[in-house]
Amino acid sequence: MSYLTDSPIDQPALVARVMRSSDGALALFAGVVRNHHQGKSVESIFYECWRPMAEKEMAKIEADVAAAYPDVAIAFIHRLGLLQVGEASIVIACTSPHRDEAFAACREIIERVKQTVPIWKREKGPDGEEWVGWQGN
Amino acid sequence: MKVRLLLFAVLRDIVGTDERELEVADGSRAIDVWNGLRAAHPRIASYERPPFTAVNQDYVQPETMLRDGDELAFIPPVSGG
Repeated sequence: MSYLTDSPIDQPALVARVMRSSDGALALFAGVVRNHHQGKSVESIFYECWRPMAEKEMAKIEADVAAAYPDVAIAFIHRLGLLQVGEASIVIACTSPHRDEAFAACREIIERVKQTVPIWKREKGPDGEEWVGWQGN
Repeated sequence: MKVRLLLFAVLRDIVGTDERELEVADGSRAIDVWNGLRAAHPRIASYERPPFTAVNQDYVQPETMLRDGDELAFIPPVSGG
């Protein structure tokens, strides 16, 4: 199953992939486009991705987190393309018999996605568009 | 030997191409290709190392030796999530 989508994320479908009758906890994280960044107004964000490597990195993250938390069921998906304020760019669903593992696994997934998955965002505001973060000189 | 160079996001905009076939000398390392880009593009000239380097879709150190047919990518710091 792909970790990437060009459409709005179907959160109930994602949750349905991980819910088991033995689970007592569902930890759900959504990253959402906000209307500001470092003091500047943001209207929308375009997410660019190198898809084949992103799929590989996200599969590695799932395998590592699943190995670290064997009782947790994991599903997550990142949206690409143009997103408006309030829309979810990533949704992560983790279930487990008890809450500690679900929270921990969910947190580890988002932190690792932000470190290694080749996705870049370009913010658009009233003053124009720019890549977020490193821009050379 | 030939390698395929891929560039993304802000690096693609700086260099002006997303994909390029390169003829490189045997024994070349990824950093040698980066140094060639630095020499031609002032916005990255001061960066002695690329932000991230991948060969055949795995992160590697820039000192990695290249082989004929490799797919080399220089990757700006990622900002997904």
